[in-house]
Amino acid sequence: MKKKVLATIVAAAMSISLLAGCGSQGAAPATEAPAATEEEAPAADAAEAEAPAAEEAAPAADGEEIKVGFAQVGHESDWRTASTNSVKAALSKENGIDLQFVDCDNDSAAQLEAVRNFIEQDVDYIVIDPIVSTGWDTVLTEADDAGIPVIVIDRTIDDSDKYVSWVGSEFTNEGLAAGAWLKAYAEAKGIKELNILEITGTTGSSAEIGRTKGFHKYIDSEGWNLLDSQTGDFTQDGGQQVMESYCKSYAGKFNVVICQNDNEAFGAIDAMKAAGVSYGVDGDVIVISFDACTAGLQMVLDKAINADFQCNPLQGPDCLKLIQALKAGQTVEKQTFMAEPWYVSEDILKDISYTNNAGQDVTEPLVVVDAATVEAAY
Amino acid sequence: MDTIKKITKQQLFLPFFCLLLVLLINLIKSPTFFNIGIQNGVLYGRLIDVLNRGSEIAILAVGQTLVVAVSAGTDISVGSVMSLSACGTCMMLAGYGVNSTTQLAVPMGIGILFGILLGGVCGCINGALVAKLKIQPMVATLILFTAARAIGLLLCNNQITYIRYEPYKYLGNFIPGCPIPTAIFVTIAVIIVVSIFLRKTALGLYIQSAGINSRAARISGINSALICFVCYVICGLCAGIAGMVASSRIYSADSNNIGLNYELDAILAVALGGNSLGGGKFNLAGAVVGAYTIQAITTTLLAMGVSTDQAPVIKAIIVVIIVVVQAPTFKEWLSNSEAKRRALAAEGGQKA
Repeated sequence: MKKKVLATIVAAAMSISLLAGCGSQGAAPATEAPAATEEEAPAADAAEAEAPAAEEAAPAADGEEIKVGFAQVGHESDWRTASTNSVKAALSKENGIDLQFVDCDNDSAAQLEAVRNFIEQDVDYIVIDPIVSTGWDTVLTEADDAGIPVIVIDRTIDDSDKYVSWVGSEFTNEGLAAGAWLKAYAEAKGIKELNILEITGTTGSSAEIGRTKGFHKYIDSEGWNLLDSQTGDFTQDGGQQVMESYCKSYAGKFNVVICQNDNEAFGAIDAMKAAGVSYGVDGDVIVISFDACTAGLQMVLDKAINADFQCNPLQGPDCLKLIQALKAGQTVEKQTFMAEPWYVSEDILKDISYTNNAGQDVTEPLVVVDAATVEAAY
Repeated sequence: MDTIKKITKQQLFLPFFCLLLVLLINLIKSPTFFNIGIQNGVLYGRLIDVLNRGSEIAILAVGQTLVVAVSAGTDISVGSVMSLSACGTCMMLAGYGVNSTTQLAVPMGIGILFGILLGGVCGCINGALVAKLKIQPMVATLILFTAARAIGLLLCNNQITYIRYEPYKYLGNFIPGCPIPTAIFVTIAVIIVVSIFLRKTALGLYIQSAGINSRAARISGINSALICFVCYVICGLCAGIAGMVASSRIYSADSNNIGLNYELDAILAVALGGNSLGGGKFNLAGAVVGAYTIQAITTTLLAMGVSTDQAPVIKAIIVVIIVVVQAPTFKEWLSNSEAKRRALAAEGGQKA
């Protein structure tokens, strides 16, 4: 009897948890489905009706909505959510765009399927944030044959050039900017010797490669002393563990810590706090971080992080510009690097100058963080 | 000679020997490894790091040992369950959908209890699948291995939930005024409670008999299925507690990363502890020593500046050596060749 009761309870618990899992997952497509079919039906009608008329004219006449399909990677981080929201906000009804959004949940097969669906529905433009960088040639050729321009955002496509434009971040520039800032800051503060500890991101990720490459250019040219470099896997726990070890190996020997994202910086700061190392604006150790999410900028405001170099997730406005330019029949650049603000906590330097990855000499302003900047961050 | 033999015959000898071996390498490479001092009012040193950081694996190893012993299989869901309980706790403390909070929605105790209980529920599910439905342990726990992390993500509304409330950090860091990391106390408490449970009740014996021959145990009046179920529940609770420690360290629930690959370390700890993965007899202390050996290797590699990417390679080499040394076949070969050598020496002696 007891066993049966137990078994029933467990079975009930399991089915409830299963239901809960299915329910919340199932809810999303369920609510999306009618919307999608609604959109599909008029879309198909419109396409048929338009077909003869729009043969020679621009794809969509003025006043008519532009149909755009957006296949997003997923929703794995705050950064990605910010990216999604930015695109949704920019490609809105107010701007004359009918956006179909598909969250591919990090499933590259689902993403290919989503893009094929867009082609079948004959949308005017397709926006892709590719989950993987290869395997795109066939589907992009299909889009090309159907005359649908494809815009790629954030991540890159390596095995096909059948897209009109790419919008994203230049990670190498972020690293270069960090180096340029550190050089100028050390000069302004009169710091002669820089002993640097580096906590890198997940090895092989494009952000890790670019940021390391950019920053190391400065380490090599300025003769700074790089004590050690280990990966913290872009996680807080990873950053904390690496820093705990650094604090013991290089006690009193380092004065710069550079973390390749904010989470690693949080962990490193906790480890330094525990070891009694003073850091930040009023401390002995300069802390540099990348990403500049809300919590990161809060740390900059609290003077715990000296400088934070943003990886801009807001591709929306640039996407809109591209689509409008394409619609007006203009040719567009193959690559668009987004403006990326550099945040600092002290009002010592106004701007930094460096040679960016494209070989141009640029001077970019530094933004001193205040409460409003934190509020506005993603 | 006899005393040495007696010592080496002990089941705990090899796990301890391996740990000492790792520490010995450190002694030669960098004696500063053993420096322990007081900094900032707390104990500070690499040995403390090993004890502190090894806590999660040690706690998981306790539960894992029982599961291995009773079902001759492994619970591979523990890492994911850690993440789920951390997410559950943070969701309770912050309130659903809140990304960062300094004010708790419910008292901290309730949140933590909820998280540990969530671990227990996962243990119940695993236990029911293995004990009642007789599904292979690895397949049964594969379900939560994949699902638990995702459920955690749902609980936290797809984001990292931060609990910026000072007392929440105590569990994974330090209680003000106490120089020893709290995680060490938690580990000791878990080990003591489980050992008392095993010693004071007949559970330990039942687990061994059910593990050696479940049918024979049932015939002799032991409810094998219930014993198996209980072991999985204990393992789930341990995963819940480990999840609390891991979450408290970073005062947040990072559903994608908490407890990532910890199930493998936990299983490895059990194996390093001289426990047969085929079930039956088990040794809790061995598994705990195994857990600290793994952490000692990790800390050593960090201290030596081996890039954390290459660390797994070296870890694997060390593990291979340790496992080979412990393998019965190797021991047999060793004693055989020893005997041969002796026989040869004796023969030579006779000839001369």
